[in-house]
Amino acid sequence: MEKYKKYFNLVYLIAFIAMVVVAYTTSKYRPESISVLFTDPSWLGNWPKWLDLPLMPFLNDGFDKLIKEYGMFFEGINNFLLGLYTDMKNFMVGLPWPILMISVIALCYFVSGRNTGTTIMVAFCVFFLGFLSPRYWDKCIMTTCIVVIGMLLCLIIGIPVGILMARNKKVRNAILPVLDLMQTIPSFCYLIPGILLFGLGAVPAIFAIFVYAVPPLIRLTDLGIRLVDKEVVEAAEAFGANKKQKLWGVQLPLALPNIMQGINQCTMMSLAMVVIASMIGTRGIGDEVLLGLQQLNVGMATEAGIAIVLLAIIFDRITQSYGEKIQERTHNKKKLIL
Amino acid sequence: MSKIEIKNVYKIFGDQPTKVLPMVKDGATKEEVLEKTGHTIGLDNVSLSIEEGETFVCMGLSGSGKSTLIRHINRLIDPTSGEVSVEGTNVMDLNQKQLIEFRRHKMSMVFQRFGLFPHKTVLENVGYGLEVQGQKPEERNKTAMEKIEAVGLNGFEHQYPNQLSGGMQQRVGLARALATNTDIMLMDEAFSALDPLIRSDMQKQLMDLQSELKKTIVFITHDLDESLRLGDHIGILNGGKLVQVGTPVDIIMNPADDYVTAFVKDVNRAKVIKAKIIMKPASEANGIDKKNLVKVQEDQFIEEFLPQVVCNDANCEVVDKQGNIKGYITNKELQKSLTKS
Repeated sequence: MEKYKKYFNLVYLIAFIAMVVVAYTTSKYRPESISVLFTDPSWLGNWPKWLDLPLMPFLNDGFDKLIKEYGMFFEGINNFLLGLYTDMKNFMVGLPWPILMISVIALCYFVSGRNTGTTIMVAFCVFFLGFLSPRYWDKCIMTTCIVVIGMLLCLIIGIPVGILMARNKKVRNAILPVLDLMQTIPSFCYLIPGILLFGLGAVPAIFAIFVYAVPPLIRLTDLGIRLVDKEVVEAAEAFGANKKQKLWGVQLPLALPNIMQGINQCTMMSLAMVVIASMIGTRGIGDEVLLGLQQLNVGMATEAGIAIVLLAIIFDRITQSYGEKIQERTHNKKKLIL
Repeated sequence: MSKIEIKNVYKIFGDQPTKVLPMVKDGATKEEVLEKTGHTIGLDNVSLSIEEGETFVCMGLSGSGKSTLIRHINRLIDPTSGEVSVEGTNVMDLNQKQLIEFRRHKMSMVFQRFGLFPHKTVLENVGYGLEVQGQKPEERNKTAMEKIEAVGLNGFEHQYPNQLSGGMQQRVGLARALATNTDIMLMDEAFSALDPLIRSDMQKQLMDLQSELKKTIVFITHDLDESLRLGDHIGILNGGKLVQVGTPVDIIMNPADDYVTAFVKDVNRAKVIKAKIIMKPASEANGIDKKNLVKVQEDQFIEEFLPQVVCNDANCEVVDKQGNIKGYITNKELQKSLTKS
């Protein structure tokens, strides 16, 4: 690898020249011959029409091909996720609301290490979801289901990718720009193609959640593992831990506070995305906001907005307090004996 | 054959160490190499051998390459060139699997900042070496408890490391290294992070354990007193080069260069030099006043018998354990050995 490093710049240059040549030869605006460029310098004034990389038709062809040839594959994913979503939603909607409410409160209570303050706060938030407007209860359940499935997807893919990045510098260098892309590209750029791939409804929202919310989880997993005290990792190596023992016994447990922070970030961003996804027809609490705005009903939009904030608080408290509990167990026992 | 043999080891840190190697072999200094190539020399042609059952202390200031050296022995760091062999096996020839087995059974390590696992209890920490070997919990907890007792931490086995003080944490580190029952122990500035009282306590504990267990210990330190106290042999590193290897007395009496001289300048010689080193052998001791004599064991340090000698204005008679007379010490010898050069 070291040996070829000096050729990298050359490769980039050749690729650039190839792109210009392709742009020139495929353009219908190109001059009759190259010699015209030298005799008539007017093309130096405005950006010439022929100097145009044909990325758009290329991407369109690619996307068409993707849908045609791998349509079955996406259909499969769609059916699986949709089935999961529908079952989960039907089950939770079918439950009497007090039972569901008590389950959420109980979950919070145990996950936060029997922290009463947090639990009471979450209890109020849960109650107010329905209290704000009875319609919101079922819609919040839909939103929750989408967020939970999206997050599971993020966890299943994000954490292993983060681990790979922490282990291998080359993998990290390759994936970091992809994460940058995922975080900066406007969400509609993948929301709309998502509809083409998965149809309307919950699945493109899950897809969008994945694209939008997985980068912080990957970054924090990677960072968390790399931040584990070098001497501790060295100690594991010195005693003959193999890669697996090192990862599961030392690196992951010590990176857990950071990973939990990543999961927390992931949840918050999922919730933000699921509201935007209401604009591509995803049902849930987000469409109440959209409906309110469409009818210029500021009160309705604000009311739904508040419900979203409450939902966010519930998610945040539950994931956050779980992370804190773990952190307490491993890091913050500072009381010194003697 | 020596237990650990290090032959012409070079370590260069940087992007292209092999390219810089010839330059270092030609004798370029650390500063020149850094300026010209941006590479740092970690070790520069280090060769030494460590015998079975001895405590070898590797001493040097920070940046002298001592921590780098110790990590070559269990191959946490690969040398740029040279050979490291332990019990006759070249560690560079081991593949990944063999290396893991080698680390599990041949040597254990104690770290400067303890390197304990904060999410494991003392018991789990001490048993870690056995855990990675695949021992069952009951078995390894039994061994771990023995070692915890050996270092005097009974009752703390279910605490987490950061509930303990620094000295206790390092005892956990020591117990963890003892638990795998390896022949070789590597101690990387093991006591440097402790305060002086606890440090000398730990040194004593290590010496006691060592007199029982007779392990081969490679000990790294930047503290000369510590190295004189613990070491059977001492190697002094400066800028990645091994400047001198010898017994503590060798180092003090015959420093190899200015660097070592400066190092040993402030040492309390009376604390380090034994009677048998400076005595005049009995066969050469003609014309010594033998009326007024103080009896001295040959392994006693000067500081132990000096007050007696001064009080009585006497000469010393050096005897071995059976009471045979080995030689004599007069004021002349005392003066010579205690004068700082």
